[in-house]
Amino acid sequence: MTDGADSSVDGPAAAVNANAGPPPIEVRGLVKRYGELTAVGGVDLTVQTGDVYGYLGPNGAGKTTSLRMMLGLIRPTEGRVRLFGRDPMASVQALQGVAGFVEAPTFYPYLNARKNLEMLAAYDGDGARERIDQALDTVELTGRQRDKVGGYSHGMRQRLGIAAALLRDPKLLLLDEPATGLDPAGMRDMRLLIRRLAEQGMTVLLSSHLLNEVEDVCNRVAIVRQGKIVYEGEIAALKRGAGTRYWLQTTDDERARAICQVQPGVENLGESHGRITFTADEAAAAALSQALVESGALIRAMAPETVTLEDLFFELTEGDGSAPAPVPAEAAL
Amino acid sequence: MPGVGTVYRWELFKLRHQKRTYIGLGGAIIVPILFVLAIHLRHHHDRGGGFAFSDYLDRSGLAVPLVILLFGAVWMFPLITALVAGDIVASEDHNGTLKTIFTRSLERWQIFAGKALAASTYAVTAIFLCGTVAVIAGSIQSGFNSLQSLSGTIVSAPKALELVYVSLLVYLIPIAAIVCIGLLLSSVTHNSAAAVVGTLMVSLLIQLIGILPGLGSLQPYLLSTQFNAWQGLLRTPTDWEPIVRAAWVCALYGIPAIGAAFLVFIRRDVAGG
Repeated sequence: MTDGADSSVDGPAAAVNANAGPPPIEVRGLVKRYGELTAVGGVDLTVQTGDVYGYLGPNGAGKTTSLRMMLGLIRPTEGRVRLFGRDPMASVQALQGVAGFVEAPTFYPYLNARKNLEMLAAYDGDGARERIDQALDTVELTGRQRDKVGGYSHGMRQRLGIAAALLRDPKLLLLDEPATGLDPAGMRDMRLLIRRLAEQGMTVLLSSHLLNEVEDVCNRVAIVRQGKIVYEGEIAALKRGAGTRYWLQTTDDERARAICQVQPGVENLGESHGRITFTADEAAAAALSQALVESGALIRAMAPETVTLEDLFFELTEGDGSAPAPVPAEAAL
Repeated sequence: MPGVGTVYRWELFKLRHQKRTYIGLGGAIIVPILFVLAIHLRHHHDRGGGFAFSDYLDRSGLAVPLVILLFGAVWMFPLITALVAGDIVASEDHNGTLKTIFTRSLERWQIFAGKALAASTYAVTAIFLCGTVAVIAGSIQSGFNSLQSLSGTIVSAPKALELVYVSLLVYLIPIAAIVCIGLLLSSVTHNSAAAVVGTLMVSLLIQLIGILPGLGSLQPYLLSTQFNAWQGLLRTPTDWEPIVRAAWVCALYGIPAIGAAFLVFIRRDVAGG
């Protein structure tokens, strides 16, 4: 595939590839119910070629169930999944060019890593066997390939899971919590590996609740809460939508608060650690500082806080989930 | 292109690396050896004993596999068969590997077919291994001699050997039904131990039905009865009726079981692992 060959983590190739055929993942109205329990409650998302797409949500939000439906492991109650325009429930042929794992990757513990990969390569066909050495090398398991997988650490299994995915020479990689359970060095290595694969042109969907990891490697995200998408779009757009958060200390905080309430462009007024907090763009913040001086509430300190994905994630997935104003999934595309 | 043959080969490879395979095949080897040892010891310590089939066993070692077929139907062969048939799907659940193989380039039906063939191959191997060991051990103990058929006629040793192996073939008919039941329980329970024990219990319960008072009319249609169909080969002339009946009765047990197993396997949600 050449669609995503020149894409990178820093810039989604969605626009470039808008007319290059069906998107790698298109999910519409996806629902999964187990009796009374709704595990996934109507997910819509689109992953474009070249995206490194973060699929975020707290534990139990339905991320893994969604991924299982995307890979054809679970039949949806409602809705549809298309991978490059193909239905994974109709035939495993829909997984052509697709690889990944859900939850921890699993292997036959009584076989060594190489035999596990040889078996999977045989199941893949299409020259997969010739890619075994390279895949093992990529995940740095060449030296341990003759060890039984039953003796592997969690991190080694995660890496072997990536190797098993690479055998398929995928254009789309779906990874479910790939860094969970890894030590800091393992997490760093996994991030680097994902970034490297993305730079090679692979489209990646990364399910995670490790927000630093997602912010570090992804360009777009969907945030799922209780089985429903509450935001889908670019991380940068999400941050822009939230505005810049400031904190403020003045000689007269009561007056300052009153001014903030009426000042155009100043929103989400609050208090934290005895300081006034609000969100505003740069111009509104400048206008506010002038208004404060004119009112006699002299500024002791005012500084912008960097809004992290983590801040936004908690605002979207906790409480009423209403702030900051989420960008509707369709509008963000 | 990967296909059923690919799965079949790798399932056999996996079986070669699992202990239960060797437990089953080991049992198939050890039982006839122990049986012959028991005959040997009886000769030394209890010459006057009234051991069933003792006349046959004293005259020809070729009687040994036939006697084992007779007694093995109760639980030994169903258990040996169930060890793999009951495990071959459930072990994927245990290892969480269904999701691994379901996301490669093979359709689920191909994976199921490969597993069913591998479980059948193991069962065939176990039966013929047991029979062959019984022939060798029996011949060492009692000689490679002619055999008296169930009709009282004398059958030459080479012909008797041929009959032993054809009997083993006929024995595979009910064994195939056991394989199907094992696959069903393996697919439904997702639990290896439950499937193995369940398969054995089904086999024993069917035998129990046969000895319940008032249910004698069901006897010809019980799975357990079909384990005796091979005896038709040892009559003169050959009695094909029990063999033909075994074929369709076992099909009645086996086809619905493997059909249900197939549907469960290809339609199931893989939510665990």
